[in-house]
Amino acid sequence: MTAQAGVDVPVVRPRGRATRWLGGDGAFRVVVTACSAVVLVTIVAMVIFLLVQGFDAMRHYGFFSFLTTARWAPSEATATSASPNPYGILQFIYGTLITSLIAMILAVPVAVSVALYITNFAPLRLRRGLSSLVDLLAAVPSVVYGFWGIFALLPALKPIGGFLASTLGKVPVIGVAFSGPYFGYSYFAAGVVLAIMVLPIIAAVCREIFATTAGSWKEAATALGATRWEVAMVAVYRPSRTGILGASILGLGRALGETIAVTMVIGNFVLSINKSILGQGATMSSVIANEFTEAVEPFHLQALFVVGFWLLVVALVVNIIARRIVAAQAAL
Amino acid sequence: MTSLAIEIEAYSAKRRRRSAAATTGLVMVMVGVLAVLAWVLLYVAVQGFSALAPSFFVSNPPGNPSAVGGGFANGILGSLIVVGLAALIAIPLGILAAIYLAEYGRGRWSNAVSFFTDVLIGIPTIVTGAFVYSVWVIHFGFSGFAGSLALAIVMLPLIVRTTTQMLKLVPDSLREASLALGASRRKTVTRIVLPAALPGIITGLMLAVARAMGETAPLLLTALGNNLFTEVNPGKRMSTLSLQIFDNAISGFKSGQARAWAGALTLVAIVLILTFAARFFARRSRVAQ
Amino acid sequence: MRIATMRATVVAVGMLGLLDACGSSGSGGGAATTTATTPGATAVCKGTTQNPGYKNGLTKQPNQATSLSGAGSTFVNSMMSVWTAAYASTGGVQVAYQSIGSGAGIKQVQAGTVDFGDSDAYMKDADIALAKGPVLQIPLVLAPVVVTYNVSGVASGLKLDGETIGKIFAGKITSWDDPAIKSENPTVTLPSEPIATVHRSDGSGTTDIFTDFLTKESPSWVTALGGATQSRGKTVAWPNGIGGKGNDGVSGAVGQTEGAIGYVELGYALTQHLPYANVKNKSGAFIEPCNQTVLAATNGVTYPADLRFDLTDASDPQAYPITGTTWALVYQNQTDAAKAAALINFFSWVLTTGQDMTSTVNYQPLGKDLQQKCIDQLKKLTLNGRPIVS
Repeated sequence: MTAQAGVDVPVVRPRGRATRWLGGDGAFRVVVTACSAVVLVTIVAMVIFLLVQGFDAMRHYGFFSFLTTARWAPSEATATSASPNPYGILQFIYGTLITSLIAMILAVPVAVSVALYITNFAPLRLRRGLSSLVDLLAAVPSVVYGFWGIFALLPALKPIGGFLASTLGKVPVIGVAFSGPYFGYSYFAAGVVLAIMVLPIIAAVCREIFATTAGSWKEAATALGATRWEVAMVAVYRPSRTGILGASILGLGRALGETIAVTMVIGNFVLSINKSILGQGATMSSVIANEFTEAVEPFHLQALFVVGFWLLVVALVVNIIARRIVAAQAAL
Repeated sequence: MTSLAIEIEAYSAKRRRRSAAATTGLVMVMVGVLAVLAWVLLYVAVQGFSALAPSFFVSNPPGNPSAVGGGFANGILGSLIVVGLAALIAIPLGILAAIYLAEYGRGRWSNAVSFFTDVLIGIPTIVTGAFVYSVWVIHFGFSGFAGSLALAIVMLPLIVRTTTQMLKLVPDSLREASLALGASRRKTVTRIVLPAALPGIITGLMLAVARAMGETAPLLLTALGNNLFTEVNPGKRMSTLSLQIFDNAISGFKSGQARAWAGALTLVAIVLILTFAARFFARRSRVAQ
Repeated sequence: MRIATMRATVVAVGMLGLLDACGSSGSGGGAATTTATTPGATAVCKGTTQNPGYKNGLTKQPNQATSLSGAGSTFVNSMMSVWTAAYASTGGVQVAYQSIGSGAGIKQVQAGTVDFGDSDAYMKDADIALAKGPVLQIPLVLAPVVVTYNVSGVASGLKLDGETIGKIFAGKITSWDDPAIKSENPTVTLPSEPIATVHRSDGSGTTDIFTDFLTKESPSWVTALGGATQSRGKTVAWPNGIGGKGNDGVSGAVGQTEGAIGYVELGYALTQHLPYANVKNKSGAFIEPCNQTVLAATNGVTYPADLRFDLTDASDPQAYPITGTTWALVYQNQTDAAKAAALINFFSWVLTTGQDMTSTVNYQPLGKDLQQKCIDQLKKLTLNGRPIVS
């Protein structure tokens, strides 16, 4: 046994087993396995701790009363009365869902188009540059998006909001969802900011998917005389639809949890569901951010932990579904 | 030409026109997205530069919020301390966990770890903040260290994922050669595989740090902020650049907003520098292989 | 041309008549004092108020800590930052005050994570029960809560009475050209813009003062909120509107939103150049918030022993009806000798020298008998059960 540069050879007698544990391997394996457990431990601990912290409130008001009441009025909470539940969180769930829905409607078509363009239509030299630029959108911190949102986006959205209020707002059934007055801070504005924030994530995953579709399909389609657009539709887009769904749900997961940019433009109206998307509201994450450090009413802090618990549950479910779908597409 | 041929030719022309129109549509969408990016970055740059002065980096906010001048020196320092501590916690843990996944990972446990690492990336950071509040702040109070714990949880899955990918990229031939020469598994990993994957790993670390620098929500519930004074003790409440931008952005004082723009420009610049440096490293690691 | 001049003259005379409605008596003039920086359109708000020059501070305690931490009200923030900056330069003690809202300040005091708190809503018995021991509540300064707005073409001095304001915030009045507003302001051109109400999204003593006034003056507000116990508080169930964080968040939202109306401490409106209303007081006059009218709100008030009182809707004919004070919250029994000494020295300074700095930032000093009671309250601090100041 000669010593090679960089690899010193220990002289250790194996302990008479088929598997040889050399030079501290056993301890090393234990250490890395333990570290790998940190991720799982953290997630489990999160669920447990949030549940425990919110437990008092859940026991006092009833587990499901939070989800069935749409009125958040901490000032009405007393230490004794348990009904009605002054900490109904249905409007925050609504706020989270509606802003994320608006973001998805705006972002998914754009992200898919951008990914399709970069992988199939853009000149080869530009592809990496364009990808990097789209990824830059993901690098901007949330607080900067919120800040830009207040001063640049809200004024720009004002005519659009006014237009929606004066046209769609007058339509009989759906009009109530678009009714004015429009003051800038709104579910709608939050949805637009969220759309910009989740666009790069969806686009990046879609790019991965489109880039790894079988090149032979594209070649076959081209050989059969398909135009560029037809090749993209038939050989790239259609086989990837599962993956696009997965990418969208990943983006949805990000949109659900976004806090700071949302709270800066949504108006922070917490009492009840605002029927119009042009009106102010709040989301699960924005109410936690706003009220956490000063929750002095009875059960107020615990109720916020209940909000956090449900937000965690929703985020876990959405992310698990998304990852499974993306993995299924990658396996294709 | 036969009528069929004419028909075919006409239909082909229609398909070509449709393709051209679709291409134009896609180009316009692409330009639109780039325009939004330019709008965001240029707006921040213009507002930030007009408010930026050298004193911004070395002075604290003025006691009277309507006074012009001052800066976010305490926030910048706080960001460095809080993110630095978070990195100290997350990097060793993350690399070791990634080593497990890349070198030892076979079977249900490692699949579960890998899957839930990706899931952890998607957890809302405000929930992470509430979790650290319930674990740490309730007992020990608001502090910069609590903020570091929260940011470490945010950084950890990112580091694990990128490090695992980079370690897996190292060719097995290196490992086999090392083991064949009698080196232990531990030595193989620490002396051969890790150094080979190092540029890529550093890429991942930089991206994780960039992400942590921009976080605000978890710090609202853990570090709480300390607007006027410089604090270097992580056991006390600290301010970070992101928290100060947030506080001043929503305030009505024009001078505070100006400071916030300068802060936003600084933060975006730091994040972009880290991101570009990370990409530079990534390209070098790809070239080296 | 002549008709236009005539019309202009009529308008001018009308305006003067309106402005004079606040009363004509001069202010307590004094020489060598700082001038209030309010616009002072009304006669009573013109002129200067005298610095009180209190000399009854407590003897300086030795061996004090070199730093103190405090948190709470955004209402008092501008004043507190002037105080802490001046105090640091005189005594070298660094007082770090975090402006996070009265609700959060009370919570920090209850948790014991700060040396002192500050709130514009006094701690109720239920709040004190959650604290670690008895809490001394010491008023520090007076200030008005002004009703500020952002309506094109409408300057400061819009006349609003309590019921109108209550209806606006209850969502019953939704447009600026509503007859209720127009009838009180016949000469002001009010656009037919929708009203965006802005309230506090965090637990706020400013909200407590404002809603206390609304509870007293606006039956519509009380009905809309479901009763007098629900219509006043640091947080209330706002039926509509935009939520802003802190006094500066509210003023920021008002400044950003066309057609907005909100309530902030006077200094915020002044430094951000936002107009504010003249509010009708109990005697029926529309009062402009300024030093004189705030001080008038303290006329004839008897202060209870625990110094928990309200100054809203005072009976003095010149009183501004939405006046409030802010209380420092300190545990009566201290366990750290250095911290206790520092607290006594700081608040004694605030209650004496600090009172002379108030008008530079548009706050008002405490009146003589209130100030004496505050000093007496400060004497009640004990260290491990034994009084500190003999």
